[in-house]
Amino acid sequence: MLRIKGISVLALVAVAAASFGQAALADTAGKRIALSNNYAGNSWRQAMLRSWEKVTSAAVADGTVAAADAFTTAENQVTEQAAQIQNLILQGYDAIVINAASPEGLNGAVKEACDAGVTVVSFDGIVTEPCAWRIAVNFKQMGKDEVLYLADKLPDGGNLLEIRGLAGVFVDDEISAGIHEGVAETGKFTIVGSVNGNWAQDVAQKAVAGILPSLPDIVGVVTQGGDGYGAAQAIKAAGRDMPVIVMGNRQDELQWWKEQKDANGYETMSVSIAPGVSTLAFWVAQQVLDGADVPKDLTVPFLRIDQGNLEENLATTEAGGVANVEYSLEDAKTVISGAM
Amino acid sequence: MIGAIFSPRVLRGLLPPLSLAVLLISIFWLQPRTMSYFGLNLLLNLAVPIALATIAQMFILCVNELDLSIGGFVSLVACITATWVQETPLFGLLALAALIAAYAGLGALIHIRQLPSIVVTLGMSFVWLGLAVLVLPTPGGKAPDWIRSLMTLKPPMIPFPIIASVALALIVHVALMRSAGGTVLRGAGGNPAALARAGWSILRIKMTMFALAGFFGVLSGMALVGLTTSADANIALRYTLLSIAGVILGGGEFVGGRVSPIGAVIGAMTLALAGSFLSFLRLNPDWQIGAQGAILIIVLALRLLIRQAEKRR
Repeated sequence: MLRIKGISVLALVAVAAASFGQAALADTAGKRIALSNNYAGNSWRQAMLRSWEKVTSAAVADGTVAAADAFTTAENQVTEQAAQIQNLILQGYDAIVINAASPEGLNGAVKEACDAGVTVVSFDGIVTEPCAWRIAVNFKQMGKDEVLYLADKLPDGGNLLEIRGLAGVFVDDEISAGIHEGVAETGKFTIVGSVNGNWAQDVAQKAVAGILPSLPDIVGVVTQGGDGYGAAQAIKAAGRDMPVIVMGNRQDELQWWKEQKDANGYETMSVSIAPGVSTLAFWVAQQVLDGADVPKDLTVPFLRIDQGNLEENLATTEAGGVANVEYSLEDAKTVISGAM
Repeated sequence: MIGAIFSPRVLRGLLPPLSLAVLLISIFWLQPRTMSYFGLNLLLNLAVPIALATIAQMFILCVNELDLSIGGFVSLVACITATWVQETPLFGLLALAALIAAYAGLGALIHIRQLPSIVVTLGMSFVWLGLAVLVLPTPGGKAPDWIRSLMTLKPPMIPFPIIASVALALIVHVALMRSAGGTVLRGAGGNPAALARAGWSILRIKMTMFALAGFFGVLSGMALVGLTTSADANIALRYTLLSIAGVILGGGEFVGGRVSPIGAVIGAMTLALAGSFLSFLRLNPDWQIGAQGAILIIVLALRLLIRQAEKRR
């Protein structure tokens, strides 16, 4: 009788342990996760760090993980970040989440981390070392989506102005490739001009003001984010009809769009990635530490704002900031199962 | 006897190793995990390319010039190593040899036209960077296997970065400080007029020193790629200032002729460790550059104090 009772107690414990494991609480409570970030000098990165702080401090408080510290290198340099990652290994972190200064230059340090048994998850600025997890953004699709939206909205087609990002950066090449692919596929548009706006409103405004006099009528402006408001100012100053400018989720862009929408029913869309992707990376690292089966390559969804949900997103975006979403453990699980 | 041990001259020589020791002990205390074969390896491996770049800079400082292009140069070498040396070894090595020759040519140009080296090398830093972008437009490439396996060597007992640094310091020390040829080379920095009058060609000496700098710059780039496994055109831009600071921290001076190879390697190690030390301290990154500067100033201030004590005698 006693024996049977003992067994049943054991079984109960086992059931309890199993259900705890599913809640992903028991296994990672003692684990420490570090964020290695290469740069913090713009609004997007600041929002990214704030999201990390907010979500991880809650996770630490409720005992999901033991620690989740953020480290940013003082200078945006590959060798410095490599040294930082090696230091994080020595500090005994169980997982390192990386926004990398270079997709290739950190591979040596990342390999050292994997060899030391540390889980490495990279996001936004991803690393190519095969042992690391990658949360990438399909920037090409983002560029293509802009053109597809315009094709839908402007069935007659016409001339487009393209504002590109920082020359020589991988993200700029990808978005631009997507835009050109979209233009070729829809066959309605001609890109009549292309300038570098460096993802900054002031640069974009100057660049657009410079090229406008040489352009025929344009029906749309395809952008990369951080440049839509500057383009609108330049076009307004030139006294031209306002084309459909695709926005990039910055607060000033959304604000301007809202004003135009209220004044004359202006319609457009806005797309970018949410800085809160850092929190998705955090949960993915937590899941890997928990022993979940996670594919090495994951794709993060864009944050797209349309005519309908503009007000709602503008209200939650602080002045000078970027529209953001923070991911939860459930979101991370959805992304992971979506990639299986 | 005790007075001799504490004489300013000895103290000045001891300052670089003592600073390194203090830093290393603080790191061991902050993070005991570093006090192991594995820990020392991780802590010091990225210091090896910095030490090589510092030695390169030391040759330039030795002849009373300054090289502001070494960071760009090391980046270019890294890009060439990760592409050409990996794909077509013979062509790659030829390209690297041509780079060393270009460095010698720079030395000749600076000497013959009496140009300020700061201006020439600052200009060349953009040339090197531009070439690096041409060789490797987007980050990538792959380290040749033999360099990779050399840099990740795990010799018994003593970690590879320590062996490499000690060997580097000793070899350059013997060649530059203890040999007749080395004395002449240093003399060209200390008193070029006297050497010229004694019949030595200052042109040839400058070309030799610049070629040596190019040679060690090449070694630095190759070592760096061996550690990172692939390259990026901006990978080593920080090395310019690190290498100058390393030479000065190790007891070298801007006046020419007064350098110390052992000190330079120790200085490079100290700078590399200073970054780790600050990160183990959990110091806010906004303060880290300032704190790194503060460490430099403290060591240099100590040196000034010692020199004043020297004068008082």
